[in-house]
Amino acid sequence: MADFFTKGAARNIYYGGSVFFILVFLGLTLNTVQQLPKRDHRENITESVEKGKLLWEENNCIGCHTLLGEGAYFAPELGNVFYRRGGGDSASFHAFLQGWMAAQPIPVEGRRKMPQFNLSEEQVKNLADFLEWTAKVNTEKWPPNIEG
Amino acid sequence: MKFASQSVAKPYFMFALALFAGQILFGLIMGLQYVVGDFLFPAIPFNVARMVHTNLLIVWLLFGFMGAAYYLIPEEADTELYSPKLAWILFWVFAAAGTLTILGYLLVPYAGLAHMTGNDLLPTMGREFLEQPTITKIGIVVVALGFLFNIGMTVLKGRKTVINTILITGLIGLAVMFLFSFYNPSNLILDKYFWWWVVHLWVEGVWELIMGSILAFVLIKTTGVDREVIEKWLYVIIGMALITGILGTGHHYYWIGAPEYWQWVGSIFSAFEPLPFFAMTLFAFNMVNRRRREHPNRAAMLWAMGTGVMAFLGAGVWGFLHTLAPVNYYTHGTQITAAHGHMAFYGAYAMIVLTIISYAMPQLRGQGEATSRKAQVVEMWGFWLMTISMVFITLFLTGAGILQVWLQRLPESSAALNFMAAQDQVAIFYWLREITGVVFLIGLICYFTSFAIKGKDDSAEQNA
Ligand code: HEC
Ligand code: HEM
Ligand code: HEM
Ligand SMILES: [Fe+2]
Repeated sequence: MADFFTKGAARNIYYGGSVFFILVFLGLTLNTVQQLPKRDHRENITESVEKGKLLWEENNCIGCHTLLGEGAYFAPELGNVFYRRGGGDSASFHAFLQGWMAAQPIPVEGRRKMPQFNLSEEQVKNLADFLEWTAKVNTEKWPPNIEG
Repeated sequence: MKFASQSVAKPYFMFALALFAGQILFGLIMGLQYVVGDFLFPAIPFNVARMVHTNLLIVWLLFGFMGAAYYLIPEEADTELYSPKLAWILFWVFAAAGTLTILGYLLVPYAGLAHMTGNDLLPTMGREFLEQPTITKIGIVVVALGFLFNIGMTVLKGRKTVINTILITGLIGLAVMFLFSFYNPSNLILDKYFWWWVVHLWVEGVWELIMGSILAFVLIKTTGVDREVIEKWLYVIIGMALITGILGTGHHYYWIGAPEYWQWVGSIFSAFEPLPFFAMTLFAFNMVNRRRREHPNRAAMLWAMGTGVMAFLGAGVWGFLHTLAPVNYYTHGTQITAAHGHMAFYGAYAMIVLTIISYAMPQLRGQGEATSRKAQVVEMWGFWLMTISMVFITLFLTGAGILQVWLQRLPESSAALNFMAAQDQVAIFYWLREITGVVFLIGLICYFTSFAIKGKDDSAEQNA
């Protein structure tokens, strides 16, 4: 590097640049947090949705599935499973999920396996409520189609 | 080695390498489960193997970073480590906590582990990479504080160089960002938003400071290039890293409920994130070309140049591939992400740890500046086998990912294949990935074998 570009100049760019962009990032974060209520319909986070999220975490569903595209890539996306398997209707989705959770693991040789979690009917209802709430977040039209 | 207290780095490096081996074994288990779905089921379900694989990765890298700090901070500060005893105590605490956590994953159903460790009191478990029980997370924070205190006191009583200042900045950043793992609101969107403050601001932020300073240290030592020149490069690299990487976080905010403007902010800034990685490649090659001495440790130089190239490919090229919002719309959460995650983690962070180990181990083991020529040749076989395997693993996963997008994401809802059907279509790529993974394991065994080959630096005799 040329001589006029000194170590001091490089250091100043590092300090100045970092501080500046940290501040911009904090500003954008503040703005995001203010805008989120319009996008995440948090008014619908019921006690059941909260319990569903905890069950989702304590059974490590994310270890096989993606949720809004984040997680593991071994099993189907579940951010929109409410539409894919429930057709966007609460009652049918609840019925589907009760059946699905009870049927695991599906005994097909060589096929990828989802474990049996031995959840109660109430717990599966919580999970369904959580997944329904998630499906209704404004995600800028992601995923591209119903298959997730 | 200038100071006796640097030797505490050795157990850290050895434990890191043992965990690395464990990581690869569980990678191979998962790789097989991808195509033989009931392999080891229900003894080790996929999600359990995945937690073990990724957590071992993170923990061995942390052991590697700590070992690197215990080795290079006294040397840079030109004084003994503040407390070698504390470093030993923390080693055992961290090793025990890590081992217990992994055993917990393997022996207890995850929900049981959550209840045993009181997750309901402060729920932090069950999120990708942050699966550790809350108590383990608290343990990590305690170990990190003790560690930072120890190296901080060492620098305070010694010489403050650019390298040790930047290394400590990076390590403090690592600890501070980890605190966000304790924030887990019941609103999934907020949870996701701040989850990235740990994951992205680690690998595309503060860890780059750690990587840059370790690389700079090894290059100063092996090439003898003037410190002033190296330090200027280091500032340029980390300046670019933070200027692009902080707002680059936006590339994770496109589709998780955050406002639309992140598509612009994330795309524009992350498009420049390859720059610091490219600069690291130039840095390594330039310094080696301008070297003022012939260091006998050729293997360490190979690792140093290799990490430059592979980090640029994995993070820079494969990152850029899917970082623009219109592309990411289709590739988000597919095998393309897995391809990038593998090459980036290996090329940047696994390889920088292997670089410092390669440089420091001969000295820690009393073999002089380098191991024997024969041991270095075997180590370099390990380098090439692992690195080339990782290139092919990445290519196969990219192939799988492109097809997955083509079959499952691009068509209209009525014409698209469902997830499981698309996975069946790309199975051949998973088989190829698994076979290549076995070659990676062979490379790792070669690498370990090189440590068993006795003998000191014999380059002088060879050249005579
Ligand atoms: C060990 C991996 C694993 C874990 C953990 C896991 N799943 Fe699954 N899941 C799968 C696999 C594999 C499939 C696809 C099964 C098939 O099609 O035969 C699946 C399918 C599903 C489906 C149907 C999706 C569709 O569109 O067809 C739902 C719903 C589901 N899982 C919910 C859950 C929930 C809720 C949890 C957590 C309590 C969970 N899964 C944990 C592996 C897993
Ligand atoms: C050599 C054999 C290896 C095999 C067969 C393998 C296999 C796998 C598999 C199957 C997954 C899970 C993907 C999913 O979620 O569906 C995974 C995840 C991961 N592995 Fe490996 N792995 C190997 C080596 C490595 C190495 C050497 C590294 C890094 C140094 C690594 C880093 C990761 C990371 C970071 C993830 C998480 C990826 C993400 O979330 O996108 N793996 N691996
Ligand atoms: C060494 C540095 C890097 C490492 C270790 C790394 C690792 C990873 C990992 C593991 C993931 C998957 C996260 C998950 O599980 O959800 C990921 C995602 C991603 N990375 Fe990187 N990365 C690095 C640098 C970069 C760079 C420089 C770019 C851009 C140029 C980039 C762009 C992305 C994008 C866009 C995603 C999201 C993928 C998706 O939508 O599924 N990464 N990275
Ligand atoms: Fe990122």
